[in-house]
Amino acid sequence: MIKEYKSLTDVAGPIIIIEGVEECSFGELVEVYLPDGTIRKGEVLEAHKNHALVQLFEGTSDLNIASTRIRFKGKPIEINLSPDIIGRIFNGFGKPIDQGGPIISEKSVSIIGNPINPYSRDYPSEFIQTGISSIDGLNTLVRGQKLPIFSGAGLPHNEIALQIARQAKVLGKEEKFAVVFGAIGVTFEESNTFIESLRESGALERSVLFINLASDPVIERISTPRFALTTAEYLAFELDIQVLVILTDMTNYCEALREVSAARKEIPGRRGYPGYMYTNLATIYERCGRIKGKKGSITMMPILTMPDDDKTHPIPDLSGYITEGQILLSRPLHAKGIYPCVDVLPSLSRLKDKGIGAGKTREDHANLMNQLFSAYAKGREVQELAVILGESALTDLDKLYMKFANEFEEKYVKQGSYENRTIEETMDIGWDLLRILPVHELTRVREEFIEKYYKKPGA
Amino acid sequence: MTNGKIVSISGPLVIAEALPEAKMYEVVRIGRDKLFGEIIELHKQLVYIQCYEETQGLHPGEEVFLQKEQLSVELGPGLIGSIYDGIQRPLDFIYKQYGDFIPKGVDANPLPIDKSWQFTPLLKPGDTVTPGKKIGFVQETESVKHFILAPYDCEGTLQSIQAGSFTIRQSIAQVKQDDKVRDLFLSQTWPVRKSRPYLNKLVPDEPLITGQRVIDMFFPVANGGTACVPGPFGSGKTVIQHQLAKWATADIIVYVGCGERGNEMTDVLMEFPHLKDPKTGRSLMEKTVLIANTSNMPVAAREASVFSGITIAEYFRDMGYRVALMADSTSRWAEAMREISGRLEEMPGEEGYPAYLSSRIASFYERSGKIKTLDNDIGSLSVIGAVSPPGGDLSEPVVQSTLRVVKVFWSLEDKLAYARHFPAIHWLNSYTLYQKISDAYYAKNVDPAWPTIRETAMSLLQKENELQEIVRLVGTDALSEAEKLIMEISKSIKEDFLHQNAFDDIDTFTSAKKQFFMLRNIITYYQEGFEALKQKNILTEFLMKLPVREKIGRVKYIPETELDQCDLSDEIREAIRNISQMSEVSA
Ligand SMILES: Nc1ncnc2c1ncn2[C@@H]1O[C@H](COP(=O)(O)OP(=O)(O)OP(=O)(O)O)[C@@H](O)[C@H]1O
Ligand SMILES: [Mg+2]
Repeated sequence: MIKEYKSLTDVAGPIIIIEGVEECSFGELVEVYLPDGTIRKGEVLEAHKNHALVQLFEGTSDLNIASTRIRFKGKPIEINLSPDIIGRIFNGFGKPIDQGGPIISEKSVSIIGNPINPYSRDYPSEFIQTGISSIDGLNTLVRGQKLPIFSGAGLPHNEIALQIARQAKVLGKEEKFAVVFGAIGVTFEESNTFIESLRESGALERSVLFINLASDPVIERISTPRFALTTAEYLAFELDIQVLVILTDMTNYCEALREVSAARKEIPGRRGYPGYMYTNLATIYERCGRIKGKKGSITMMPILTMPDDDKTHPIPDLSGYITEGQILLSRPLHAKGIYPCVDVLPSLSRLKDKGIGAGKTREDHANLMNQLFSAYAKGREVQELAVILGESALTDLDKLYMKFANEFEEKYVKQGSYENRTIEETMDIGWDLLRILPVHELTRVREEFIEKYYKKPGA
Repeated sequence: MTNGKIVSISGPLVIAEALPEAKMYEVVRIGRDKLFGEIIELHKQLVYIQCYEETQGLHPGEEVFLQKEQLSVELGPGLIGSIYDGIQRPLDFIYKQYGDFIPKGVDANPLPIDKSWQFTPLLKPGDTVTPGKKIGFVQETESVKHFILAPYDCEGTLQSIQAGSFTIRQSIAQVKQDDKVRDLFLSQTWPVRKSRPYLNKLVPDEPLITGQRVIDMFFPVANGGTACVPGPFGSGKTVIQHQLAKWATADIIVYVGCGERGNEMTDVLMEFPHLKDPKTGRSLMEKTVLIANTSNMPVAAREASVFSGITIAEYFRDMGYRVALMADSTSRWAEAMREISGRLEEMPGEEGYPAYLSSRIASFYERSGKIKTLDNDIGSLSVIGAVSPPGGDLSEPVVQSTLRVVKVFWSLEDKLAYARHFPAIHWLNSYTLYQKISDAYYAKNVDPAWPTIRETAMSLLQKENELQEIVRLVGTDALSEAEKLIMEISKSIKEDFLHQNAFDDIDTFTSAKKQFFMLRNIITYYQEGFEALKQKNILTEFLMKLPVREKIGRVKYIPETELDQCDLSDEIREAIRNISQMSEVSA
């Protein structure tokens, strides 16, 4: 028998305290009944002998100490899973909000999940062609990777994420795939753009959507990515599906976390965010990957907007310390009219090295990539120098580097949002650009590739 | 009473009552699932426990069981090639037993208990046994002779000892101690928070050779020394740690993945068995122990992982081995301390870290060193810690506390990483306090000119930094030809020597001899070029266009087996000396 309590004693921010609790466990699901019949959900954050501290996902407004009734549900927060969830839309707390009715569940699973045993992981190494040169050529995505987009307000991160969702494929394979989309505190319009675009490309019926809008309860955002990932784990590791998880916007998630932490009067870490935010984010991001002997995989692309475009802000900073690289968008490039405005230098894919090369992309990929990076870095320096000293102060070689950098941005980085380049096309553009530079500058390329690709145009 | 009851749970902190016999740092098992925990505070009525596992589902009133021992690791044959979590539970076993995800309350023996090992005695009946004495050995892998050391409370006369095949639970010898006879086994336990004893500390006197040029040549670490690698995300800390684990001339590698990515451990697990130790030619996994408490695994076990790792490392050191321990990342360890401390509501020091942060860090690095073992062997333990400062800001407490104790600082810069100049160790900001011993070593073992070559190169790099300032203000035209030469040569040092691609089959490792040739080529070019500029009327631009210049850049890719082709100094000298005055015209 589940017992009902009427002993609410404290309400502060999203946190309530209930006295006289006989039995409740850490992390347990709680239901709070208001006199008007509405039910709100919560989670036990501290379980004591006589009382419990509970965080309410839907906020505490209108709560009254005397009239509120509380039940501890004897289980953690769970989601009902079955193959029927594919194609469905849920709110940020896992409740269906489309016309499809409830999920007849095969099983209920706690959204917290256990950590993947590092020993059971399989190293991600399958090249995903996104059709975007700045990603495929230089910051290659592989299946099972977590690669976030670090963006800023007003930059086209959604457009880029959607282009990737539309175009991403593993060469030479036709497999079951699905998109799991978690909207975390985004506007209706943004969320709608995603849904419409998925519909347009026919991917909607193979998607599962969890939508928490800007107008939805703030604290609910703490669970939204966990609902999304529990679903993704089910699809990938039980139904053998290749899953792409898009979470937007992780900045809103972190803000919800900060709100709870402040209400609990915890000692804040940097800029008021809780000291455990790294670990907390890791329990989301690390749920991505591949597992030995399993056909399915989880590739994750979280999107976050950097407050003030500042990469050292705790949200991008801690994310970058966990994810396997980042795609960094640049406001100056955007202002120059370059789409996608990927700043390739501070962008990074840590898993690229095992996903490229002979048999995966092409033998010269790594060398070409290193050379393009180094030449563009040099070119950028020259661009800056030219601003200070004027172009006349540049040496002949400097001028070539400057030309290289400009053309690199215009021809390599810039492309249409429906332009789907093959990896060969991307690499050929790369070699074309390198031909701007004299051969002795190409110190990152082995001689054989210089012979084969640099000296013989079109080879 | 050895059973108490939970009164509250908040994240990894569990508070229990009714445990009057509880001892500080004692291990407990908590609740129905028998979760592992450790006592970290005692009060009159209450016992504070940090739980090494996820506490979701625990409720007040569940039982707590005292285990009568401190958090310990089991040491013996079977360690090599293992992968453990932070409290030495074997992850491969857990995988086979429980599947892809790690459940709660897993009980697993750290060492295989049914595997038999061939034991060879080194002592005979009648011999005296003293603590730490080698009584025999097991050839654990082709590369590791695993010595069996007498436990530290064992002193007496050997009554019997048996050669043959034994499991770690079978007795291999009997010692008469006082009036009792005790059995000795292949394995023993040791509490992780206590450093293992040795006879005395020695001063490190030889470099740990890593095959990484910027490290060996400019910022070497000693065998038995300490180093730290701070840097923002993506600057190359993990790759450096992996490179050291792969190529450093250590007999044993202990790699602690502390609060970092799961895939990085998988990478090691998949790659190491196929890589060959440059010294023995055997698989690297045959000398490696892995500890993996990744970022999504429980935070208290992450705090313990560093201690589990260093205790295992000390154990091999005590056999007389050169051991190297990598910890990636010590910042995550510090954060785990901060989280527990916050839950205990301790008065925080800087940035919320506990006031004892510095002393903990210092005492961890102090467990490194070159020592004389209790059995009069020489062993060493080098410790290399990665630090992950928020926002790359080196003024934060973990970096600062670490810099106070370590002797080598490899400063990783994001600017270099963005330009894909790897390793992104900055040549002007980094330092080492082992320069003298490494100079002496390489002068003796590689070439007497090693120290001067290194010094010349470094002073060129410093000079270039000053010249860069001028160029930034007024352009290259303001430089003299000799100064332009310094700029060009420095560029060559950076591109052709310092830059080293960890993912290139050949470039990934460079022997000391080859490193010397590579740098001497460049310095010869400078010295000869400098003379040529003085004596002949030529321009730097022309000087740098000699065909041999391009060859210098390609030496990286010449395999170690063709070492003689790496020395271009004669060819360079000849090429530059042969420049005729006439060349001036073509310049
Ligand atoms: N020596 C090297 N050679 C080639 N590439 C390198 C080298 N060092 C680093 N890199 C590149 O830089 C990337 C990031 O390096 P690494 O993962 O070591 O960073 P990190 O400092 O450990 O970051 P984090 O703090 O987030 O863990 C690697 O994935 C690799 O692509
Ligand atoms: Mg790392």
